Amino acid sequence: MEHHIHSESAFLVGIFDDEDVLMSGVKKIRNSGVKIHEVYTPFPIHGLDDALGYSRSFMSKAAFLFGVTGFTCLVTLMVWTMGFDWPMIVGGKDYVSIPVLVPVGFEGTVLFSALGMVATFLTVSNLYPGKKPFLFDSRCTDDKFVMAIDLTKNKLTPEEITSIIKNYGAIEVSTKLVQAGDLD
Amino acid sequence: MSHVTSSVRPPLVTGGKTYGDVTEDICRQVEGKPTTLWNIAFLISLIVLGIGGYGLYRVFWFGIGEWGLNKTVGWAWDITNFVWWVGIGHAGTLISAILLLFRQKWRTSINRAAEAMTIFAVLCAGSYILMHMGRTWLAYWALPLPNTFGPLWVNFNSPLVWDVFAISTYLTVSLVFWYIGLIPDLGTIRDRAKNKVSKVVYGILSFGWDGAAKTWQHYENVSLVLAGLSTPLVLSVHTIVSFDFATSVIPGWHTTIFPPYFVAGAIFSGFAMVLTLMLITREVFGLKDYITIGHIESMNKIIMLTGSIVGVAYITEFVIAWYSGVQYERYAFINRMMGPYWWAYWSMMSCNVISPQLFWIKKIRTSVVATFILSIVVNIGMWFERFVIIVTSLHRDYLPSSWAMFAPTKVDVLDYLYTFGFFFTCFFLFAKFLPVINIAEVKAILKSSSEHVEEHKTVTSAQPGFQARPAFNKDVE
Repeated sequence: MEHHIHSESAFLVGIFDDEDVLMSGVKKIRNSGVKIHEVYTPFPIHGLDDALGYSRSFMSKAAFLFGVTGFTCLVTLMVWTMGFDWPMIVGGKDYVSIPVLVPVGFEGTVLFSALGMVATFLTVSNLYPGKKPFLFDSRCTDDKFVMAIDLTKNKLTPEEITSIIKNYGAIEVSTKLVQAGDLD
Repeated sequence: MSHVTSSVRPPLVTGGKTYGDVTEDICRQVEGKPTTLWNIAFLISLIVLGIGGYGLYRVFWFGIGEWGLNKTVGWAWDITNFVWWVGIGHAGTLISAILLLFRQKWRTSINRAAEAMTIFAVLCAGSYILMHMGRTWLAYWALPLPNTFGPLWVNFNSPLVWDVFAISTYLTVSLVFWYIGLIPDLGTIRDRAKNKVSKVVYGILSFGWDGAAKTWQHYENVSLVLAGLSTPLVLSVHTIVSFDFATSVIPGWHTTIFPPYFVAGAIFSGFAMVLTLMLITREVFGLKDYITIGHIESMNKIIMLTGSIVGVAYITEFVIAWYSGVQYERYAFINRMMGPYWWAYWSMMSCNVISPQLFWIKKIRTSVVATFILSIVVNIGMWFERFVIIVTSLHRDYLPSSWAMFAPTKVDVLDYLYTFGFFFTCFFLFAKFLPVINIAEVKAILKSSSEHVEEHKTVTSAQPGFQARPAFNKDVE
C-alpha cells in the first residue's frame, strides 16, 4: 500500500449507517475537496469503488493469464508424455489425438485460473492467515459503514472536514491515532 | 434504514431485519453453547462414522475382496455410491455459481450451506475412489508422475484419468470458492468474539479481513470470475463422470445421452440433499426469516424441472435402444425393466420421475413436510438410478454362462455408512462453528429484498410464493 506514515498520524473516522447515504455522501465529500483514505463496509456496495475513484480490479485479467498458463501446461504435458516421452498405442488410437486433450486441458485451465487468481487477490489485498487487521471501528464488520480520512493528507482543518462529512450523512465522527505500520 | 422494496417480488428476508439483526441471528449459533439437539445429532454421526470406519479398515487391510463383487459384476456399490455422492456435490456450486451469474438473489441464504455440503459430499465420493483402488497407498499412481519402472505415464486416453483431474479440480475450486466467501463473515465473528479461544481461532481464519472498499472491489471481481469458472466446471465434472461409462462398449453404458442426463440428475439429487439439510437447519437454528417458503419453492421448481429432464432421458434411452436395432442393447434395457433387478428399476422410476411431478401442485411445493419427505425420496431414487445403470448393465453380459447377481456384503454396507457418518460429522461441525448463511451477501440484498414491516403490510399478508402480484406499479429491482 502507498501509505507512508511516519510515527503516528491522526485520522478522522466518520460512521454512516445507511449505504445509500454513504454512496451519495462519498461523491459529495470528495467534491468538497476532502481526500478519503478508505471506506470500510460490512458488505460489498456496488458503485462505491467508482465513487471513491478506484481503478477497475484486474482480477479477471489475472484469472485469464493463469488460465492460459494452466491450459498450456496441461496440454504440453499430455502431448509430451503420450506423443514423445513414452508413446503407447491404446485401443488403436493415435498417440496424440485432439479430443483426448479437451477434458484435462479444460480442468487445468480452471484449476490454474482459480488458484492463481485467488492467490493474486490475497497477495494484493494483503490477506493471510493470522494477520491482525487494523480496524478504525469494529462495527464495520457488523452494521456500520466507516470512512477513514487521513488528516496529514488533507489541507482542510479537522473541524472543516467534520462539518462536511456530518453534513453529508455521517452519524458520528471521532479522531483516531494510527501508529506507523498499523495500516500495512 | 430506508427500504426500497420491490412491489412485484415478495421479500427474500422476512421479519423486518436490520443489518445488526442479520449479524446477530446468524452468529448466534456460532457463539452460543451447542444445544442438546446438536450434541445428540453430532454424537450419532460420530457413532455412525466409527461403525462405518470398521468397514473402511476391512477394505484397506484385506482389500476389495471384502465387497460383494464377482467376476461379472466388477463394479457395484463402490461406483454407485461414488456417483451418488458426486451428484449430491453438484448443488452447492450450482447454487453459488450459476445462480450468481443469473443474478438470482434467493441464492444468498442457501449458498453457504450448499457449498459446504458440496465439499463434504465430494470428499465422501473421493473416499470411494481411494477405497476402490484396493491398494489405497498407491493412489498417487493416478497422478501424472513418471512411475518407478521408467518414464511410463498415466494414460490420458482414459476417462478414469480425466475423472481424477475433474474431481480434484472440482474439490479444490469449490473449497476455495467457499472459503473466500467465508472470510468476511469470519471477520464479523472475530470482531464479536468474547472469549480468548474464539478470538484467536477466528482471528487466524479471517485472514485479517477489514472490509475495505478496495478489497471488496477485488473480492467481487474474484467471486464473479470464480462463478464464471465454476459454472462450466460443475457441468464438466458430471459429464466426465458419465464418460467413465459412456466411453465403454457395455450395452446400457455406451450412450451419447449420458453427459446431459447425468448433469441433470446431479442437480436433481444435489438440490434434494440441500433441501433435506436446510429444512433441518432452519428449524434447529431458527432461520425461517432467511430461508423462507419462497426459497423452498424455488428449489422445488428446480427439482421438478431436473426430475423431468431425467425422466425424459430414461425414456429416450429406451427408445434409442430399440431404434438402434442392436439386440444386446435392447436386451440390456428390457432386462433392466423386467429382469431380476426390476424392483430397483421401478424404485428409480417412481422416486425420480413420478414423485417430483407432485411439485406441480403449489400446496405440495410450499409445504415443508412434503418437501422434506420428497427430498429424501428423490435421493433414494437417485441412488437406485446409479445402481440400475451400473449393476444391471453388468450382471448379464454377453455370455449367459457368466451371468451373475450382485449382493452387497456387510463391508459394502459399512463403507456406505462410513460416508454418511463422515458427511454428517462434517456438516454438524460446519453448522456449529461457521456461519451457515452468508452474512455479507444477505446484508447486501437486504435493502432491495427484505420485508419492511411498517411500510409494506401487503407484503406480509401476501402468499409466500414468488409469484407476481397484480400490482405492477414499479419494480425497483
